[in-house]
Amino acid sequence: MNRLLAATGNPVVADFSHDQWWVWLVKAVLLLVFLLVSVLIAIWFERRVVGRMQLRPGPNVHGPLGLLQSLADAMKLLVKEDINVRAADLLVYLVAPMVSVFCALLTYAVIPMGPEVNFFGVHTPLQLTDFPVAVLYILACTSVGVYGIVLGGWSSGSTYPLLGSVRSTAQVISYELAMGLSLVSVFIVAGSMSTSQIVDSQTRVWWFLPLIPAFILYVVSMVGETNRLPFDLPEAEGELVGGYTTEYSSMKFAWFFLAEYINMLNVSAVATTLFLGGWRAPWPISAIGDGYFNQGYWPLAWFVVKVWLLMFFFVWVRGTLLRFRYDQFMKLGWKVLIPAALVVVVIVSVSQAIAKFGTISFGVYRTWLMVFAGVVVVGAVISMFLPERKKPGAPPSAKPTAFDAFADGFPVPPLPGQVLPPSPRAARRVATPVEASVAIASGPTTTEEEPRG
Amino acid sequence: MITSLTDAGQTTTGEAILFWILAVVMVLAAGGLLFARKAVHAALSLIVVMIGLAFLYVAQDAPFLGVVQVVVYTGAIMMLFLFVLMLVGVDASDTLTETLRGQRWIAALGGLGLAVVLAGVVGRAHYGPAAGLTNANADSNPVALARLVFGSYAFALEVVGALLITAAIGAIMLTHRRRLTPRVTQRERSAARVLDGTIAGKPAPGVYARHNAMDVPALGPDGRPIDTSVSRVLRVRGQEADAQEYAARIDRVLSGSWATAPASGVEAAEPPELGEAGRVDEAAAAGAKEQS
Repeated sequence: MNRLLAATGNPVVADFSHDQWWVWLVKAVLLLVFLLVSVLIAIWFERRVVGRMQLRPGPNVHGPLGLLQSLADAMKLLVKEDINVRAADLLVYLVAPMVSVFCALLTYAVIPMGPEVNFFGVHTPLQLTDFPVAVLYILACTSVGVYGIVLGGWSSGSTYPLLGSVRSTAQVISYELAMGLSLVSVFIVAGSMSTSQIVDSQTRVWWFLPLIPAFILYVVSMVGETNRLPFDLPEAEGELVGGYTTEYSSMKFAWFFLAEYINMLNVSAVATTLFLGGWRAPWPISAIGDGYFNQGYWPLAWFVVKVWLLMFFFVWVRGTLLRFRYDQFMKLGWKVLIPAALVVVVIVSVSQAIAKFGTISFGVYRTWLMVFAGVVVVGAVISMFLPERKKPGAPPSAKPTAFDAFADGFPVPPLPGQVLPPSPRAARRVATPVEASVAIASGPTTTEEEPRG
Repeated sequence: MITSLTDAGQTTTGEAILFWILAVVMVLAAGGLLFARKAVHAALSLIVVMIGLAFLYVAQDAPFLGVVQVVVYTGAIMMLFLFVLMLVGVDASDTLTETLRGQRWIAALGGLGLAVVLAGVVGRAHYGPAAGLTNANADSNPVALARLVFGSYAFALEVVGALLITAAIGAIMLTHRRRLTPRVTQRERSAARVLDGTIAGKPAPGVYARHNAMDVPALGPDGRPIDTSVSRVLRVRGQEADAQEYAARIDRVLSGSWATAPASGVEAAEPPELGEAGRVDEAAAAGAKEQS
């Protein structure tokens, strides 16, 4: 493969020609270590941030700032009793969590974490490998990884896991389509599917700015892809006990848990690489010292910062949004995301075709595009200040109407604008405060609550 | 990646080893597809074959084909298969009865026709001199493929697309049903539930009684067993615990000295042997509305 690429033009920017076998090995081991440590930190990070959002401290006992909490949890999972369900289809039941983890670990192999550096004396990019269809390879890995969830739910031989896995299949089919289509617009503008080349194409402008609709679509579908709230229907502990993880215990459960967090890191890394400039430094910093901060090992820091900003976004969403109802979820996928993604792809490809094959000069064309984008943004801002149109057919009545609480045959509370008819117990209610005030005035001994009717 | 065909057209050792490992795995999995009892196992075997095939494609310097094979066939189409399998019922086994008359003969005839057509096409095809991968992939593999698919074979691609769209619309038409009654939404369902008098669901079996077993009916505030608290399946099978026996026990309790005490004074006047039953009665009051 490498020989072929060397022979045929230059479809991949990253140059791996100096790599020897030990470089690959060291890089692969470092990637594994990076991912596993990141997962430990991610679990701690999520619990701390969600805790802060819910006005509680989160884990803060073990180690400085509670950092060792997830290590302790991992140890606990390791030494817990390993239970195999008797009704399970044993081979599939054991293999499923491993499929999940194995596929999750594959993605980072093609993620560029930095430019060419001096790696123990060898000149090599901070990336394990790259090829002309690297992003499609990532999609392939994630789609095989979902089999872990699906087969785990099926092989447990129990109802709730099966429901979870059925939901998972439907989720994958509907959301991966939108995800793939949103990536296609990046392929079109970048002119490549190799990750290093896509990062290279973002030297001047990061793709999330010109392709903001595609970026939004990707962000929505990446949350759906990782089974995180508000899309965690396969797991849905309120409805399905634990979904596909219900019958799993000990290390087998830990595999699933690990895979979920690695997948979060994966999709964050993909979003970083395709939309947020990859390892490139953000604008004011990138201008310092003729791109000094875009060289050597500095880009690793930008990459990690971007990935963790997206991880924070994941946690933020989890702390903010509620789980979807299943039909709403399907409606969003099929009736909103996929048509929107198709429209975006058509618009992007038409504009790219005009830029490439049209007779209009690129500078003029870009000016027109910017004017158009400006008009859209200004229109959106103005629409926010316009007064909302009142819905016809439901004119708000000036005076509160009499409210019949039993109109439907059972009591309901009044809606805003409705008042309850006077209660038959109104007389008693007036009398009570007088008694209470007398009681308080009579002495400090009566601290108990008002007696209830 | 394994380096593949050399310029002389020979496979390298690496590719040969990969092939022989994958060949064994793929043939075994293909056998599994044919002979597996459970439909899901057959689907799994097919997935293994597909992934093995993808490895072979990549090893033969067709990375795009290999990866797309996994994304499209393994990731989407087999997932759809599994979805349908799970909806139909995972443990459903194949029936060998013929539902359409003469189906097998028509299928055999169709298969034979396809074989004849394929044999004719393959037999008449002639290949020009090999251009070599280096030439074919001059602007990287995906670009070269795109030139072919969207350049030389654009019409064939459009025809296939039209065929697929027709099939999809046909499937929608066949499964579409006109709605004859207004749609019952969550709102109407909840209103109906409240009107029905079961706001919080049925009482759980056993919880309010002396036992917490599934087959022991819950007790109402009057001490009578609530039949609906035991699962309908158990009741139909006759596996419900004897409600009369439990009712009689409660009757004995009620006829004691405790029965004369007012309900609010249970704690004060509780006779020692009735400790448990007293608690039972108190808890059962929560399920009062279920019976009324």
